[in-house]
Amino acid sequence: MVLTGAEIVIRCLQEEKVDYVFGYPGGAVLFIYDELFKQDKVRHVLVRHEQAAVHAADGYARSTEKVGVALVTSGPGVTNAVTGIATAYMDSIPLVIISGQVPTAAIGQDAFQEVDTVGITRPCVKHNILVKDVKDVAPALKKAFYLAKTGRPGPVLVDIPKDVTAQKCDFSYPKSIAMRSYNPVIKGHQGQIKKAVQLLLEAQRPMVYTGGGVILSDAAEKLTRLVKILGFPCTNTLMGLGGYPATDKQFVGMLGMHGTYEANMAMQYCDVLLAVGARFDDRVIGNPAHFAQVARKIIHIDIDPSSISKRVKVDVPIVGHVPEVLDEMLRQIEATGERPNQEALAAWWKQIDEWRGRDCLKYDRKSPIIKPQMVVEKLYEVTKGDAFVTTDVGQHQMWAAQFYKFDKPRRWVTSGGLGTMGFGLPAAMGVQLAHPGSPVACVTGEASIQMCIQELSTCKQYRLPIKIVNLNNRYLGMVRQWQEFFHGNRYSESYMDALPDFVKLAEAYGHVGIRVENPADIEGALREAFKRKNDLVFLDFLVDQTENVYPMVQGGKGLTEMILSEEL
Amino acid sequence: MRHVISLLLENEAGALSRVSGLFSARAYNIESLTVAPTEDPSMSRMTIVSIGSDDVIEQITKQLNKLIEVVKVVDISEAAHIERELMLIKVRATGKDREEMKRMSDIFRGRIIDVTESTFVIELTGNTAKLDAFLEAIDRSLILETVRTGVCGIGRGDRILKV
Repeated sequence: MVLTGAEIVIRCLQEEKVDYVFGYPGGAVLFIYDELFKQDKVRHVLVRHEQAAVHAADGYARSTEKVGVALVTSGPGVTNAVTGIATAYMDSIPLVIISGQVPTAAIGQDAFQEVDTVGITRPCVKHNILVKDVKDVAPALKKAFYLAKTGRPGPVLVDIPKDVTAQKCDFSYPKSIAMRSYNPVIKGHQGQIKKAVQLLLEAQRPMVYTGGGVILSDAAEKLTRLVKILGFPCTNTLMGLGGYPATDKQFVGMLGMHGTYEANMAMQYCDVLLAVGARFDDRVIGNPAHFAQVARKIIHIDIDPSSISKRVKVDVPIVGHVPEVLDEMLRQIEATGERPNQEALAAWWKQIDEWRGRDCLKYDRKSPIIKPQMVVEKLYEVTKGDAFVTTDVGQHQMWAAQFYKFDKPRRWVTSGGLGTMGFGLPAAMGVQLAHPGSPVACVTGEASIQMCIQELSTCKQYRLPIKIVNLNNRYLGMVRQWQEFFHGNRYSESYMDALPDFVKLAEAYGHVGIRVENPADIEGALREAFKRKNDLVFLDFLVDQTENVYPMVQGGKGLTEMILSEEL
Repeated sequence: MRHVISLLLENEAGALSRVSGLFSARAYNIESLTVAPTEDPSMSRMTIVSIGSDDVIEQITKQLNKLIEVVKVVDISEAAHIERELMLIKVRATGKDREEMKRMSDIFRGRIIDVTESTFVIELTGNTAKLDAFLEAIDRSLILETVRTGVCGIGRGDRILKV
């Protein structure tokens, strides 16, 4: 069947069972948009800025097991998308980004809306491909979907010049793809797994630390089973929340810079550490030299060999697909019939419970001003812990991570690695489209929300009933907190002056706005918002301006050198 | 420590920039980099000389392996291997310097491949130290220009890098 390049693009998306494409049209992609117009299998969501297209595709991917797809035009379309692509890259989110390019003959001529897309995006994609011949469109897209979702997932960009979308060739979608240079390891090394199991069974003070890899590989259930059988404490990274049920008593909370006291202490003082799909990054273990001061055996399961022994030397590296490795571990543990030393474990739990006794997340519940933590707690109660929660970046993100207890994976959607303000609202759009009818909350701040505020218009067009929970403290809260702690209270450019009236702003876009100033009104406002099943509700909570996120590990400090909240 | 990393990669547009981009993005050091297609024209072979601690070199090989177009990576300096580099040197060769230059070239087993009334171009291969030694041995003021390929390397005996 002879088709144009543009027809082939759409056929490929159909073959990959793509239901939503997030995008923005422009000159270089006009033929592709023309083909989108002529069919109704692949639905297009018109965003208001290309950054939002990629974030929305990203939110869609994080909350499902599918690949998110974005479509942008050449030049500024691509440069606007770069923040979104880098966000997905840092968190290993499977995306395919299709970008238009100027016609092949114009490449390199400084043509209108020309940029070196492949060059600009190279450091923030898993792979990218410039398609120079219409015959290569289908193989390139097949390869892109395959690369995006296999191995360590990531965004893959396919750049297609305009003339290629107009040329014709015979179309057949490749059934499979073989690449001699790309064969991710699936099964873990048997001998290494055996060593790991032995270490786990002999542990006196064990700890399980899991990250985004558990979520991305859909291994939460297997991980939970393993942790339950062993009876070990478990912590999740920011990216790993939902990997182990947060309401379970073996869960010791998130770890890291704003992790719980008990999680950070247990991480530091354990004798055997099982790290699963996590990468020991600077926000998680603090200063690696301080972390290494205490001797412990580390087992590290990851699909990406370069994540292993990058910041911390590990004793038993296991490269493989997390669920496969966990399956084998469970099988071997069952086969031995052994269980860890219960006496040692009981003593370790006693120590952990003592650390827990510090109640490191306490805050003033009787404050006459709204405490942001309380808003998140109420959000948890009102949604019965079953909402999808997206966030932007800063204090509100940390409070959401600390106070919303995720029992299921893929409910928590946040920009961890890149820390992208402006992520929350467009990501929520992708989540809501993937889960129509499910409650979706975007926990944000008055600064972050303004970075992609234009998407309120997209939400109106597609009737996305997202609940925006704006923790409005009139400050760049996290910046202000660092300035308070480390820069002598000099609040340089961190005050958010001249804020819009968010209620009126929401109304101007055709949504519902509610302002909440009194702690007694928090719950009622949230209930009212979630009752409005068909409306986007913008909840503007005026919260305590100077509340800080505790505990806190200062950048460059050791994991146990935490600043705790003052005695209340 | 100095390491010589050999890799096979798909002979595709942009593959080289992925490798060089990786080095600059992660602040790894490149002493030299050479690349050319192999006997199988679909594949290129690259030799990179880098200096770094064992941890850094381990990360470099892992990160290189992660690039989609890289087929195989070996640190050939981990065992017995051979390195060669080619240098072309244009020198002033007049009067008594002409005979002296010819003699030095012979001692280093170089070849004079271009001759004019006043200049020679000498072709010299060897490892990096030998080429440096030649430049030290001749009268510096006579050097007009030099060009070096950078190191390419191969394992000894049965150590073979092939797909």
